[in-house]
Amino acid sequence: MKTILGNEILKTSFKWRSYISFLAIAIVVPLVEIALKLQGTNMERGMTRGLSQDFLFLGNILNGYFVTQMIMNALWIHVPFLVTLGAGDQLAGEATAGTFRLLLTRPASRSRILLAKYATTLLYALALVAFMAVLTLGLGVLLFGTGDLLIFGRTFVVVAESEALWRIGIAFALATWGMWTVASLAFLFSSLVENGIGPLIGTMAVIIVFYIISNVPADLFTAIKPYLFTSYLDLWQRMFEDPIPWNEVLHSVYVLGAFSIGFYVVTWYIFLRKDILS
Amino acid sequence: MDDPIVLRTYGLAKRYRRRWAVRNLDLQVRRGEVFGFLGPNGAGKSTTIRMLLSLIRPTEGRVELFGNPLTRRQRTGLRKIGGLVERPDFYLYLSARRNLEIIASLRGDNSASDIARVLETVGLSARAHDKVKTYSHGMKQRLGIAQALLGSPELIILDEPTSGLDPQGIKEVRELIQKLSSEGRMTIFLSSHLLSEIEQTATSMAIINQGRLVVQGRVAELLASGENIVHIETPMADNALAIIASSGLATSAHVVGPVIECSMPRERVADLNRLLVQANIPVHALVPKRSLEEYFLSITEGASEQ
Repeated sequence: MKTILGNEILKTSFKWRSYISFLAIAIVVPLVEIALKLQGTNMERGMTRGLSQDFLFLGNILNGYFVTQMIMNALWIHVPFLVTLGAGDQLAGEATAGTFRLLLTRPASRSRILLAKYATTLLYALALVAFMAVLTLGLGVLLFGTGDLLIFGRTFVVVAESEALWRIGIAFALATWGMWTVASLAFLFSSLVENGIGPLIGTMAVIIVFYIISNVPADLFTAIKPYLFTSYLDLWQRMFEDPIPWNEVLHSVYVLGAFSIGFYVVTWYIFLRKDILS
Repeated sequence: MDDPIVLRTYGLAKRYRRRWAVRNLDLQVRRGEVFGFLGPNGAGKSTTIRMLLSLIRPTEGRVELFGNPLTRRQRTGLRKIGGLVERPDFYLYLSARRNLEIIASLRGDNSASDIARVLETVGLSARAHDKVKTYSHGMKQRLGIAQALLGSPELIILDEPTSGLDPQGIKEVRELIQKLSSEGRMTIFLSSHLLSEIEQTATSMAIINQGRLVVQGRVAELLASGENIVHIETPMADNALAIIASSGLATSAHVVGPVIECSMPRERVADLNRLLVQANIPVHALVPKRSLEEYFLSITEGASEQ
């Protein structure tokens, strides 16, 4: 099993396509942070305008923690797309290249190969979110220093400087958990088609449609909202509420986990019976 | 003692939606022989080979490798088999050596000396570290044979190994196959749509057309014995087929369109006729069509004109 997993990690890491997502993050994150640095004071004034009559803002508001939380908010709709870029290619890529004929005519069972590929997919998503976390937070702290984390959301929340780091850490971990569900769906679509674009379009279409359904306040849509996995992808935002609604977080973790397992089981069922015609 | 039959299929069949690609196929491949699997394009050769290597699930029937059934759970027979199915596709962005390492590790034995040996056998040692992307078609084909030889399997299955090669490449592959079969106890299963190729390399063969087995036996005997294709016209085709099958007079028999097509030695045709008449089967016509060679040429020409 270890060697099969090693093979899959090697194949993914040698493929140029795997790095597109990393490249995208490596470009966007510094770009945003440098832009913020250049016109930071204006923004700070803009954010605090409504509140500065009632509050006295002291210290470093536009700090690394704040910037990280802001970028997470801005990008978390786009990261699924980047995760899918890698995850959707895991099975479809082998079909396109014709290499299933090498892989599946050997004594190693399809279940084991599928498991190795799924583990690689999850590792890929983890690596991508971790890369984003380190880059965003590292560069943020470097450029803007540290300080108390102010959240201007539905309510105004102040997270003490001492708490900000671990809250951000857990937020990224929860974001990874959500991305694993997205990756599992892309992996499922990847088992159905023989080209790399199909899973990408399929996964994004599902996510976009579900987002729309989640946000239209019709009774019917409100009723089905709890059954859509996309309704739980924002679980990491709970880490920036006060107090943290742990029950809600845990519930989301369970639901997303169940969806991931469900997607994997369906993929397994399809893949074991699949005729390899490529 | 080792079973002399290394590969056997029982009533193997595959249906794609409503079309049968392969029907009721019984093959036997004996240890040590070069088995030629001959048929025109689209006859079901690749579908059969994919079933032998577990890429496709048979709709009916089963495959036995070294006396053990091949199922989704039981794949141990594949340990002693190397295969090359259709085009030689590889991970183009990896070197030939890395590709072989990946394949070898799926067999569970990844030794550097074995990889060096198979690269040497096909003459690719000098280019082993180059990405497969930079390989010509002929080199990929040789790498395809190399990966089939990993771990010194007892049986190698090669699907059209000379397709798309220039005359020099065809000659090299043919010589390689002859070398492999003369050197060791290796059994070679080889598919082709060219009779000339099977004649030159194989010791046994099976001919398949429209998914059905036409004839199977030793190449020398089949081509020299005057094995004929005989068409029998009768309104009681089912009964006639049963009688022919139980008589053992024909090598194979099945219904094709309005007639029963039998493959059998010419001298037995009269016996078969008597048998059918004695069984009160009305025989409208019994026509020895052609020799096996002519027959094969006619079906391949027919297929290539389509």
